[in-house]
Amino acid sequence: MSVIQALSRTRQEVSPRRKGDGRWALFFLAPWFVGLVLVTAGPMGASLYLSFTDYDLLSPPEWVGLDNFTRMFADPRFLSSLGVTFTYVLVSVPLQLAAALGLALLLDKGLRGLALYRSVYYLPSLLGGSVAIAILWRQIFGADGLVNQVLGLFGVSGHGWVSHPDYALGTLMALNVWTFGAPMVIFLAGLRQIPQMYYEAAAIDGAGRWRQFRSITLPLLTPIVFFNLVLQLIEAFQSFTRAFVVSGGNGGPSDSTLLYTLYLYLKGFGSLDMGYASAMAWFLLLIIGGMTVVNFLASKYWVFYDD
Amino acid sequence: MTDASTTAQTVPAPAAAAPSSSAGRAAPGPARGTAVRPRGPRLRARVGAVLKHAGLIAFGFVMLYPLLWMVASSFKPNALIFREPGLIPTEIDLTNYTDGWNALLHPFSHYLVNSALVVLGSLLGNLVSCSMAAYAFARLEFRGRRLWFAIMLMSIMLPIHVVIVPQYVLFSQLEWINTFLPLIVPKLLATDAFFIFLMVQFFRGIPRELDEAATLDGANHLRIYLQIMLPLSVPALATTAIFTFIWTWNDFFSQLIFLTRPEMYTVPIALRTFVDATGESSWGSLFAMSIVSLVPVFIAFLFGQKYLVKGIATTGIK
Repeated sequence: MSVIQALSRTRQEVSPRRKGDGRWALFFLAPWFVGLVLVTAGPMGASLYLSFTDYDLLSPPEWVGLDNFTRMFADPRFLSSLGVTFTYVLVSVPLQLAAALGLALLLDKGLRGLALYRSVYYLPSLLGGSVAIAILWRQIFGADGLVNQVLGLFGVSGHGWVSHPDYALGTLMALNVWTFGAPMVIFLAGLRQIPQMYYEAAAIDGAGRWRQFRSITLPLLTPIVFFNLVLQLIEAFQSFTRAFVVSGGNGGPSDSTLLYTLYLYLKGFGSLDMGYASAMAWFLLLIIGGMTVVNFLASKYWVFYDD
Repeated sequence: MTDASTTAQTVPAPAAAAPSSSAGRAAPGPARGTAVRPRGPRLRARVGAVLKHAGLIAFGFVMLYPLLWMVASSFKPNALIFREPGLIPTEIDLTNYTDGWNALLHPFSHYLVNSALVVLGSLLGNLVSCSMAAYAFARLEFRGRRLWFAIMLMSIMLPIHVVIVPQYVLFSQLEWINTFLPLIVPKLLATDAFFIFLMVQFFRGIPRELDEAATLDGANHLRIYLQIMLPLSVPALATTAIFTFIWTWNDFFSQLIFLTRPEMYTVPIALRTFVDATGESSWGSLFAMSIVSLVPVFIAFLFGQKYLVKGIATTGIK
């Protein structure tokens, strides 16, 4: 069961009524509870407060009302990073999920060597977030990098992809698509839950493979598509390492790879504009939360529940 | 939304503990439905299967090519990295490794040890604190349980950026900056709530009769947790351990913020400094150290695949 489903289920859960567990609960939950207060909820509240202040770590925070938020929307770098991030997310996530779904469909149906294929395709998902892979990306899409060497074999001379403002973001998107393995594994698990008898019945009724895909596989898979979509969108909005390393820490060239969290980092920990960074963080939470809500609302129209 | 899981992901944890590939193998093989047909289509099906495998292998090769090429290039002299797109080095050179190892202020082993310490602390923290919280949510009845559970689930989705500034302020007041404490202590406090969720799912699949029998024998909750739940939850604990290992090893954002003194650098921060220090001039040693940094993740992947796949399939973690 996914987190999302669990969240919408907590209300209906029934469990045997027992007494006297309160103290034990206190014992078992103590670390989590301290963490919730000191590391999660407390700092959350504090950053909400800081988002209305001017704060540079050195002098105490100074209340400025909505100033940080109005500054944000007058800040061309902020607006451009917002645009860059949305482009990155809205292009790379659908491509990544399409690749994941396509490969999952090819790998389903008891294919020989399935486990091996799955491992090979999944590996990039594990490594993709690391600094090492970002370094590799910076080289292969560099002016003398692997991509241009291969293009050179065909007589094409490429750009320095990471150093060209029109293409640099594309290399980051490519990296995101490259990590399609994790959603693919989720799709594979979902495909396996579809009862084989549906297909058998459809085949008896004369449905071809395409028809079976359209009328059985796809509708029954929509909850998984939805789950992957929500998850990958949330993740993609927080991409940081790749933009930081590929651009050398500044989001260049010409801010073309200045992803939201990178700008937040530069503001907060580069120029110590902590109030502004907190405002940005809360705005990010608003974007992610808003997008998730919209996703849930829209899901009524395309996600199929079999019950 | 409510019953979505009936179509898909609801796999009670222990059932999920069966290697997920077995379900795949139970499905009919590639020759499904062709057995009774005459030879022609069967041959065509076989050709189709061969072509499909060829395509899948080619695609996998293209996907892994950058990685393989990085490994190959780490053994090439610098000049060749920019001239040889192939995998087989014409000249093998180990100096990239020796140079890279000693290129920074400290030998690379120093950063490996630092990363290992952070990982160990995080492992211990997640395994103990998350399994404790999970036991409470899965087995104990207490006031506000559903509310707390919902709060726990929501905290999984919380972007770290919303808490990082106040955390930084708090940890710097405690004088914890440039120690591993800001990276480890939150794990001891079960802030990686994803693993609580993973273990709650698993614990719920363990038959309650076992606890009840133990209760009749006079065992209290601590003993049930220690002597029944934990021993039966090895797959969930292994999944937690492997993901904690890989995520902590790869983590960049929080280590970048909390560790600024070179002797405290972990592997990702050291690599990043390496890029800044050498620029584009020594890709060979940069690649060599990148490979060194990926080896532990790769080993975890090799030995923990089963748990990784199961973990993602049942909870959707990455």
